Amino acid sequence: MNLEKTIFAFVIVLAMTVNFGFFYGEVANPDHHNVYELYGALVVSLIATVMKLGERTQIGALLLATSLVADVQLIIAVLVWGTVAYVTDTGLTTHTMAAIVSLSGGALLANVVSVVLLVAETIMGRR
Amino acid sequence: MPEVIFLLLRRMRAPLVTLISAYAVAMLGLVLIPGETADGEPWRMDFFHAFYVVTYTAPTIGFGEIPHPFTGAQRLWMMFAIYGLVFAWLYAIGMLLSILQDPAFRRVVDLSRFRRSVRRLSEPFYIVCGYGENGSLVVRALADEGIRPVVVDSDAERIEALKVEGLTMEVPGLNADADDPQVLIDAGLNHPDCAGVIAVSRTDEANLSIAVASKLLAPQVPLICRARHRDTEANMASFGTEHIINPFDTFAERFAMAVRSPGMYLIYAWLTGIEHQPVARPLVPPRGKWILCGYGRFGKAMRERLAEEGVDTVVVEAEPEGTGAPEGTVVGRGTEAETLQEAGIEDAVGILAGTDSDPNNLSIILTARELNPNLFTVARQSLGRNQAIFEAADLDLVLDAGTVLTREVLGLITTPLMERFLQLTLSQDDAWANVLVSRITALVGDELPHTWSLPLGVKSAPAIIDYLQAGHPFQLGDLLTDPRDRNEWVPALPLLVHREGAYHLLPAMDMALQPADRILFCGRSGAAHHMAWTACDHGALSYVTTGDDRPEGWLWEWLARRGRGAQA
Repeated sequence: MNLEKTIFAFVIVLAMTVNFGFFYGEVANPDHHNVYELYGALVVSLIATVMKLGERTQIGALLLATSLVADVQLIIAVLVWGTVAYVTDTGLTTHTMAAIVSLSGGALLANVVSVVLLVAETIMGRR
Repeated sequence: MPEVIFLLLRRMRAPLVTLISAYAVAMLGLVLIPGETADGEPWRMDFFHAFYVVTYTAPTIGFGEIPHPFTGAQRLWMMFAIYGLVFAWLYAIGMLLSILQDPAFRRVVDLSRFRRSVRRLSEPFYIVCGYGENGSLVVRALADEGIRPVVVDSDAERIEALKVEGLTMEVPGLNADADDPQVLIDAGLNHPDCAGVIAVSRTDEANLSIAVASKLLAPQVPLICRARHRDTEANMASFGTEHIINPFDTFAERFAMAVRSPGMYLIYAWLTGIEHQPVARPLVPPRGKWILCGYGRFGKAMRERLAEEGVDTVVVEAEPEGTGAPEGTVVGRGTEAETLQEAGIEDAVGILAGTDSDPNNLSIILTARELNPNLFTVARQSLGRNQAIFEAADLDLVLDAGTVLTREVLGLITTPLMERFLQLTLSQDDAWANVLVSRITALVGDELPHTWSLPLGVKSAPAIIDYLQAGHPFQLGDLLTDPRDRNEWVPALPLLVHREGAYHLLPAMDMALQPADRILFCGRSGAAHHMAWTACDHGALSYVTTGDDRPEGWLWEWLARRGRGAQA
């Protein structure tokens, strides 16, 4: 039992689950996608990225890369949301909602890859 | 550089996580706490505005309460949030600064910077291991010659000294043990432009391990090593070290040469001289009884060499048993008048002060001079900083191991033919040497003669190669003709021509040159440039050989051909 590994795995899996929570639902329906969940997904994803910083192993580098992909996708989703809601004042139309949710869907894929890598590393390590 | 970033990021993990968490908590609170508009309508802050408010309050800028004045609950939350955020920022910035100043981190940064500057070198360079008394002289001499050194020394202070030395070029320096093979690789041992390794560390053991490592890792890279002891020398030679220099032996050899033939010594001292150092004066050590104070490595080498020339020495040594001094050794340091008198200073012709203490050596010389003012005085100088007092003592000759070593190293690097030339001179007699001395003096006057070699290759002498391949004869004298005025000579003297394994000492001016010849010259500074002009420029070459200014460019060549055609 390694506390560092536990926290690390917790954050990575949490990033995936929270993101899934936001993503799940009808794509273009704003009522199915909670803003708090998107917020949570971004914060956890950023923390997950920071925890992988400075990893010099091959798997560590891959984890950092996938995590950065998730960050980029989520940050763009948040920017789109902020822009339509407060800058252009168009509001959350079905079109923009679909864009935001599909961006978070991309991030979710990256999260899944992260978790798969994590599991693979654990199995390979046999410790 | 990547390793530095990795190290920095790994240590910044905790502060960054703290910072993100502080932002997240502060924003969430602002979004969750109910507020109201100016009209009293209930209102909830959204994430966009929460992020905006937190962004300007965290670095303590504070634009006020927007978009609507806060309620009491919001203000209470903001109060705690600001403390938390400011703390998180201070923690992150403080950590960043402490990492940047951490000695371990600085070492990694220095190493990575050193590696990068070595990797970027695109000219031949030499790795100098050891930047002590001798190493610093070698590095300065190399830099003055325009040859780039890369320095490794285990003493951090010496590397700091290198940075403020004010050399004519940027010299990468690393504070690390050069006997660690990885350090040699970092210093560019496997770099395609690495021209050689010069091992001049403080101890023989360090030089030996550098030599072994560099021979195994890069056998093609030439190696120049300083050895203090004979057994180290033999050890280094056993695995193919190209050049081993023992400064004391070298000095003793030169001194014996001066005893045998003062002219030969002068040629040697001139041709291996270093720029910015006083030009060697003629030296005529008298034959007779010499007193040798200090029977260490220097004393042993001197006694041996002088015995070969038939010069007797009386040894003065404080510890005759420990040093294995010969029979008839006078016990004492030589700094007292009694010891020197016992050694027979009154009827001696010269004194050699060769202990390892500079003050003692000077004291020996001063005492001896009082007893016998006509002595020829030679002293060993160990520390470069004592130069001023050794100059003030007005000695006939000073042995400074650093200078001897630097001359040897520089000679090996800049003019590889020189070693061969000097070997060939050894078989000549004193009269030959005196003639050469007067010829060199006529050329350069009081200046130090410069030496350089000119290989007749496609790169260094394209014009000559083209000219020879066109079937024209080109003589050595043509090369020495001044390309500005062909009635004048370039102030230079050809010393040696190397052709297909054969060496021609002092070649005649009408010697016909061939491609791939290598010629060694000595002469006034600047002469090499005029010679290079003839060697590289077709116009200059044509002027030198025929006296005609050759037309340059297609148009003028065509006009010239037409002109010649019209005449014919």
